[in-house]
Amino acid sequence: MVRAALPGRLSWQAATVSAVREETPSARTLILDIPDWSGHLPGQHLDLRLTAEDGYSAQRSYSIASDWPGDGPVEITIQRLDDGEVSPYLTDVVQAGDQIELRGPIGGWFVWRAAQPVPVLLVAGGSGIVPLMSMIRDRGRRRARQPFRLIYSVRTPQDACYADELRRRVRDDPGLDVHFVYTRKAPDGWPAPPKRIDVATLNSHGWPPDFAPDVFVCGPTAFVETAADILVALGHDPKKVRTERFGGK
Amino acid sequence: MGIISRGFGGRRRDSAPDLPPGQYLTHDFPVLSAGPTPRVPLDRWKLTVATETGEKHTWDWEQFTALPSEEITRDIHCVTKWSKLGTTWRGVSLDTLFEDVETAADYVMAHSYGGYTTNLPFEDLLDGKAWIAYEFDGEPLHPEHGGPARLLVPHLYFWKSAKWVNGLEMLVEDEPGFWEAAGYHMYGDPWSEQRYQGD
Repeated sequence: MVRAALPGRLSWQAATVSAVREETPSARTLILDIPDWSGHLPGQHLDLRLTAEDGYSAQRSYSIASDWPGDGPVEITIQRLDDGEVSPYLTDVVQAGDQIELRGPIGGWFVWRAAQPVPVLLVAGGSGIVPLMSMIRDRGRRRARQPFRLIYSVRTPQDACYADELRRRVRDDPGLDVHFVYTRKAPDGWPAPPKRIDVATLNSHGWPPDFAPDVFVCGPTAFVETAADILVALGHDPKKVRTERFGGK
Repeated sequence: MGIISRGFGGRRRDSAPDLPPGQYLTHDFPVLSAGPTPRVPLDRWKLTVATETGEKHTWDWEQFTALPSEEITRDIHCVTKWSKLGTTWRGVSLDTLFEDVETAADYVMAHSYGGYTTNLPFEDLLDGKAWIAYEFDGEPLHPEHGGPARLLVPHLYFWKSAKWVNGLEMLVEDEPGFWEAAGYHMYGDPWSEQRYQGD
């Protein structure tokens, strides 16, 4: 186990929403100007704090979607949870010009480090794509040579975040491969009926365990449990399979 | 108080008196783990307490579950902001486990199957404050939630309650464990909102 130096204190600060971008009918990206941002590694998250007029406040963690070129805004993508308290506010109410309190970056385990000279397998379930997209963007900006494969499970084609950007990146970059899994409704002409991620998916579209890839799995708990169990059964070293689980079921 | 979020009312308002600052109530049982869930067969399961002098005390599953156990009902608080109130467990008090252990160390590193670690002050594990739990809600503890057995230290953020625990290493000096080395708080008191280093 790594014994690392302890990082410094994380202070709350006010960021400004400079723009918003709709990603899907239920997911939206907030583009944040953060006055004092130390930079982040792809895969890290930040904490948001909302405060009502009477002082009631709520905090949540959100993965960072953007990479960090050294300056500029930070993007987070929020999936609307209909019974949620914070996400509907962020997807439906917040506008450009609003201020939001946040602190970060947080997390030092579920991160891709460009110095790691091994292939990478990304496995996303739904909004689990967000921290993985930060890794894809970071790799692209650095023109890194490590080949990336993304397996991205969504309910329907309309639920895929960053679909156009992923298509463009795959077209322009032979080192990036993306495979979609549709669980409810596949696009017209798709060669397979809708299904959940399974052994065949990870076997055919992942890397062979012999390549010893770094693996990042992110999504709802049940999705992550299934994918990580399959990866271990296929022979991947559990220590190389990093997971991040969203929410309850 | 922070800046006001325009148009934010806060729908759930579950700021119950038993909810620490910054937490919200959940009735699910969410999962936070850094990697795949280890599956540990009971006939190979072992728990070891290692003192600062190198002395080791080891229990296999049969010996461990033969120790006196207690039913424990406590609130639990995860650093990812959810809290779950009145959870019910069965486990062995660490007071029982440490009855015959001689140690002068002040800190403990908990070790788990899968390689996870977390550090705690020894005094936070004694006097009825901590257990090794192996049942949840009257059922064997599910692997997702740390089964066959996990540390249960409900008065600290739940990452301190190491899942799949297999060792307690006595330390003379405090050292950061897995999340602590990644910037999380060395102690993790939910009531003081000690989430990250420096809080």
